[in-house]
Amino acid sequence: MIFNYGNVLVFAIAATLFVTVTMLVSRLLQPSVYDTEKLTSYECGMRPVGSAWVQFSIRFYLVALAFIIFDVEILFLFPWSVVFTAAGLAALVKMGIFIAILLLGLAYAWQRSDLDWVKQVMSPEEGSF
Amino acid sequence: MSGASAEKRGYVLNMGPQHPSTHGVLRMEVHTDGEIVTRAIPDIGYLHRCKEKIGESETYFKFTPYTDRLDYLASMNQNHGYCVAVERLAGIEVPERAEYIRVIVAELNRIASHLVSFGTYGLDLGAFTPFLYAFREREKILDIFEQMCGARLTYAYIYIGGVMRDITPKQLGMIQEFVDYIEPKLDEYDRLLSYNQIFIKRTANVGVLSPELAIKYGVTGPVLRASGVDWDLRRDDPYSIYDRFDWKPVVGRGDVGSVGDSWDRYMVRLREIRESVKIIRQAIAQVPIGPYQAKVPPRLKPKYNEVYCRTESARGELGFYLVADGDVHPWRCKVRAPSFSNLSVIGELAPGLMIADLVAVLGSIDVVMGDVDR
Amino acid sequence: MREYILTLTEPGQLLSGVSFGLASLLVMVASCAAVLGVIALNGMFLVWWERKVSAHMQARLGPMTTGYWHGWLQSIADGIKLLLKETIVPLLVDKPLFMLAPVVIFGSAFMAFVPIPWGEHLIVADLNIGVLYITAITSLSVIGVVMAGWASNNKWSLYGGMRSAAQIVSYEIPVGLAMVPALMASGTLSMQGIVESQAGGFWHWNLFAGGPFTLIAFVVFFIASLAEVNRAPFDLPEAESELVSGFHTEYSGMCFAFFFLAEYSEMFVVSAIASVLYLGGWQCPLGLSLIPGPLLFLAKILFLVFIQLWFRWTFPRLRVDQLMHLAWKVLTPIGFVNVFGAALWLVLI
Repeated sequence: MIFNYGNVLVFAIAATLFVTVTMLVSRLLQPSVYDTEKLTSYECGMRPVGSAWVQFSIRFYLVALAFIIFDVEILFLFPWSVVFTAAGLAALVKMGIFIAILLLGLAYAWQRSDLDWVKQVMSPEEGSF
Repeated sequence: MSGASAEKRGYVLNMGPQHPSTHGVLRMEVHTDGEIVTRAIPDIGYLHRCKEKIGESETYFKFTPYTDRLDYLASMNQNHGYCVAVERLAGIEVPERAEYIRVIVAELNRIASHLVSFGTYGLDLGAFTPFLYAFREREKILDIFEQMCGARLTYAYIYIGGVMRDITPKQLGMIQEFVDYIEPKLDEYDRLLSYNQIFIKRTANVGVLSPELAIKYGVTGPVLRASGVDWDLRRDDPYSIYDRFDWKPVVGRGDVGSVGDSWDRYMVRLREIRESVKIIRQAIAQVPIGPYQAKVPPRLKPKYNEVYCRTESARGELGFYLVADGDVHPWRCKVRAPSFSNLSVIGELAPGLMIADLVAVLGSIDVVMGDVDR
Repeated sequence: MREYILTLTEPGQLLSGVSFGLASLLVMVASCAAVLGVIALNGMFLVWWERKVSAHMQARLGPMTTGYWHGWLQSIADGIKLLLKETIVPLLVDKPLFMLAPVVIFGSAFMAFVPIPWGEHLIVADLNIGVLYITAITSLSVIGVVMAGWASNNKWSLYGGMRSAAQIVSYEIPVGLAMVPALMASGTLSMQGIVESQAGGFWHWNLFAGGPFTLIAFVVFFIASLAEVNRAPFDLPEAESELVSGFHTEYSGMCFAFFFLAEYSEMFVVSAIASVLYLGGWQCPLGLSLIPGPLLFLAKILFLVFIQLWFRWTFPRLRVDQLMHLAWKVLTPIGFVNVFGAALWLVLI
């Protein structure tokens, strides 16, 4: 197994090296003529208005949260799915309960419209966010 | 969430002038909260070429080629509108044959323009293939025009008092062949794009333009008809010989969403192609023998007179307001461009849309910046 | 693998007299080179193929002149052009992150090739948790995408990057759920093991192992994997009609080329995963062994890639909220029900 994961490491190093070397080669071959106009950020031909590093919508965090919950769940599903024939009906039922609980969570998020991309921003009185 | 922090979270995006989907050099200042547009301000003028002023300093004849460049996708319609206006101003009788030829080429160009609109709308929504299909068909129209007047985009074919050259039987045959060819293609387009589920999802109920709002903003053409207003100048204020043909203006019906949504605007154009085909068929059958140009002095000097002449271009009401003072050029030349009024409504439609929807709405309004900026 | 290397170092073999450590390193480097070759060839071939397929779907010819025969040298010419092109790094970007992003994205696509079995013994490393590894590595690309979007200091890039991140993580869930029925049918997480469990003809494929449930799982997997690799109709991150070019708006030259290469490699990888999990990998559909396994595997992958191309040139693009709706409210519930259905089917029938 160590050999196999060593292979993964070698691949990671190889990918980095490959990209770096190609970029270096490209650096050597390419022309480089710079001026300030050329080096401005693209904003459809206009002078950029402010920095793009601004706060963006909170809905991305909601998606990320939901993702983490369900991804961990799938992580549990994987090992179970490998042994589930051996583990038998009891494990199946247990898994069913597990999935049901998470589905309940999904239903809850759904009902709260946390799964909607375009969510109406509620006022603080309603206690959202 | 207080107003101040919401303000702070806001984003101002410049969409255009160099943007893939602003159909030319339109710039839109889009205020958004990250995804939802709160305000969109169209900023125009990047293609301003002083057309109206040129119209006032050139002779009547010499301005005709300039009208091509207003709405360059429907040049014939622009020529037609201008020539009808000058003829009314100077009281010129146009020969019958010329009138028929004019109607045929104007309707052909309307088809070409709607095909471009259909294709680019697909592009706006990420469907690439319809674009190529539409341009394949448009190519055939351009070939016909090339045969007729030598140009493929800016024709200056319709002239004051008639048309530049006579139409030959061979060209009529080509046109006949084309209208026979295009009709089955329209069914193909319906299968390819119009009734695609994703396409419907993207366009139905998006950017619904109510008839009241449309009228308030002076919106005309397919955009107005899509909102359910049955108003087509070819029928309601007939010019040329449009009253001789049997056809019906297409009105939005809200087949998949509500009346006046983006899908309706798109569909009105596709259905208008069928109506144009009907008109062309009848016109081809009726073209009379005779002269194709009236005798008009090259230095046309209409007596003092003013005229506002409106015609139905591919994008809506194209009006030419001309004031003659007895000189070789008009004292005042004003163009009422359909795209300009149509575009102005986007500020009303934008709030609450997503950026992707804004693109869909803009595409469905189908503006040509040459027409907006003049 | 260890045994294989040991046989290589035996006298008379290729690496006779070489110590075990060095021999394994050499084998690793060789496999790296092989995979790099596959990725480069695949990138070049798919770019050309996509152009030809799209052209023929759109009633045109596509590249025809470069290389005389149907423009087959076109991608090589493009590659050389990209290599010679100036890499413009705008002044306001976060330069280290900006340069690192292509490495991460390409790396994730590259490393995903490790546990893919090409033939009976033709595999870089048969990881015992291959499936888990692949899901983990392919989702590394999210980091690269966010990096690129953030580092560019461009609003379109940031939008594209964030959207892409949201999209990829959302579709991770249906992808994961759609993998589970295949794992149940095969009873292992090793990619090679999954392929081996499907030996003996297409009726032994996992596609048909769980009745309707595995079929549905395959469809869900395929749809969700399209979103994972940002292909149409889910190509929102680079939706050019709205976001100009999404997260790689500011990239040019070789940096851009790596995004491109990674995208095509990812298309290849997800198709490879789909065919390993559900279509029997390198196994012959008729249970015979006339055609070499790698060729069969390649044929299956290219078939799935072709469907991806077909989708791309047929469908309009979904809107971002519709995309999320599909992920969370359609595919995820289907995936859950499906997992349970498949489990019941496999236990009871």
